[in-house]
Amino acid sequence: MRREAPKSLADYTPLLFPGLMLVVFFVVPFSTMIAVSFFKRNPSGFYTPDFVIDNYARFLTAFFGGVLGFSLLLAVLVAVCCVAIAFPFTYLLTKRPRRVQTLWLVGLLSVLSLSEVIIGFAWSTLFSQTAGITNLFVAIGLMDKPVALLPTFGAVLAGMVYQALPYTILVLYPALVRLDPTLLEAARTLGASPVRAFFNVVTPALRNTIVATLIMVFVFALGSYLLPQILGRPRHWTLSVLITDQAIYQSNMPFAAAMAVFLVLISLALVGLTLLVGRKENAL
Amino acid sequence: MSGLDINAITKTFGNFTAVDKVRLNVPHGTFVCLLGPSGCGKTTLLRMIAGLEEPTSGAIVLDGDDITPLPTHKRNLGMVFQSLALFPHLSVGDNIAYALRIRGASKEEQKKRVEELLALIHLPGFADRPVAKLSGGQRQRVAIARALALSPKLFLLDEPLSALDAKLREAMQVELRQLQQRLGITTIVVTHDQREAMTMADLVVVMGHGRILQAAPPIEIYRKPADAFVADFIGITNLLPAEIDSAGRTTILGTAIPGLAMPVGVAKASVSIRPEDVHLGEAGGRAITGQVTFVRDLGGTIETFVEVGGTSIIAVATPRERPNVSVGATVGVTLPPESCVVLGP
Ligand SMILES: Nc1ncnc2c1ncn2[C@@H]1O[C@H](COP(=O)(O)OP(=O)(O)OP(=O)(O)O)[C@@H](O)[C@H]1O
Ligand SMILES: [Mg+2]
Repeated sequence: MRREAPKSLADYTPLLFPGLMLVVFFVVPFSTMIAVSFFKRNPSGFYTPDFVIDNYARFLTAFFGGVLGFSLLLAVLVAVCCVAIAFPFTYLLTKRPRRVQTLWLVGLLSVLSLSEVIIGFAWSTLFSQTAGITNLFVAIGLMDKPVALLPTFGAVLAGMVYQALPYTILVLYPALVRLDPTLLEAARTLGASPVRAFFNVVTPALRNTIVATLIMVFVFALGSYLLPQILGRPRHWTLSVLITDQAIYQSNMPFAAAMAVFLVLISLALVGLTLLVGRKENAL
Repeated sequence: MSGLDINAITKTFGNFTAVDKVRLNVPHGTFVCLLGPSGCGKTTLLRMIAGLEEPTSGAIVLDGDDITPLPTHKRNLGMVFQSLALFPHLSVGDNIAYALRIRGASKEEQKKRVEELLALIHLPGFADRPVAKLSGGQRQRVAIARALALSPKLFLLDEPLSALDAKLREAMQVELRQLQQRLGITTIVVTHDQREAMTMADLVVVMGHGRILQAAPPIEIYRKPADAFVADFIGITNLLPAEIDSAGRTTILGTAIPGLAMPVGVAKASVSIRPEDVHLGEAGGRAITGQVTFVRDLGGTIETFVEVGGTSIIAVATPRERPNVSVGATVGVTLPPESCVVLGP
């Protein structure tokens, strides 16, 4: 198909609607947030327009820095766990008969319909001392007595991985289905065991897909807000929790906005860095 | 025993039999072409030899060892896939060195072998190119070199040349055959194309419906096809009905062919005769009388279509022996008995 460059202003009309949507639902709110992040807090009411950088300065304390670091670390861990589990799983899934694949995908889609709240409380029950899985372990003789597995970091991680896993699989699935199966067979005829061939051939051939999926899960996990509160201790709370706390309970909009802007900037920087590293390696 | 022995190998998918009790002996160093129509089980047979498909029953014996239970990666074979399956993330050199890397060969060893193989496929100095930047013929050669890196016992190729244009394909056929002769490696190539098979093979194996119909050297397949299917599949042929008449003579289309004997006890059979063996001349005498319906002058050869009582006979001649015929003319068709192959009824 030949593509012609748009000539007159009228040729741009199809862009009008998406452009408008982007402005109304992204540019305006985000600009407002940036503006608010420089406003001055008014303890008695809300905030007054101003230009102060106190909000950002306050952010650079050890406490908030720590929370930011923890949030990023958690999101990275969730992304890595999800891809590490989902990639081999999806790969094996694509080797199954069509009908089996459909059943699994439908099942995964139905998990997506669960809200974060339901997932959180389900896992908190599962990890509890009274009704949790440890009771099962006791029953089959693996443990002496049931214990509570929460609130712990592990519980937060498990819940968040569970929540993000269906997305990860659904994103990886199309790429893995399209992968040429003879690549793997070729590696096997050349003397690679199936596992080795998987790591030598499938993983590198899909590197861009894997990087894109990691970024997607990372961003997804960064916004997590409920699960860390349900399944973790306060020190496991993410920046999103603090932002909500500041914005809603402390009525400190400017500070909340500053944190949000900072979070967005840091995420963008990390994503950009990942892409840059990926591009460099590709060029080799 | 040296060579490859395929012993009553069968593969079924559900209740469909793709390969049906195939037996084949391939002596060491032989170039085999597996030939047959689409869906006859060629790829399935090749994949079973490679270990990529598990046979339902039967055994594959290589140099006296039963390799049927061995997984692909322990079989020491080289395979070229139709899609070539070059690793897109690796350079030409790394593709070729992959098998050596798996075996833990040193960097110098790998480099030396890659250079050897690149020289063998006439692509010296290509080691650092990305595979995506190669032409079709070059990719083809790289796939061949990669498969040969470990000097395997068995070299398998599934329609390796089908993606190339006609000219390049012919050149690669010759090259592949020469390469195989130089290395003396037992080679099995799947192909659709009978010309390709005739060019390269020591042994042509014609398959149909999951069975081997005939396995013989190319010229024998061409001259003495085992049945009508093989005769029709390999090149162009005239399949004509033959009968014993009341006087005990063998007749084709009502005309007696002296010197053509039918097997004992067979009254009706079909006879295959190649177009280049059919002679056209004056009507009358012992010749079969027919009418020319079409003449195709291709420059190098002239094909004449003659209709005899509703059956069409094709005759091919070179311009030198140019038969003096034109459409509508009545001609005499002579079938030399020594060129007629009597097939089953
Ligand atoms: N995995 C499979 N499941 C079911 N049927 C199969 C499978 N693989 C092959 N078949 C069937 O077995 C038969 C033989 O297939 P095969 O690929 O060996 O044919 P082929 O001779 O290589 O044909 P072509 O020349 O078109 O490549 C076909 O009818 C095909 O539909
Ligand atoms: Mg095939």
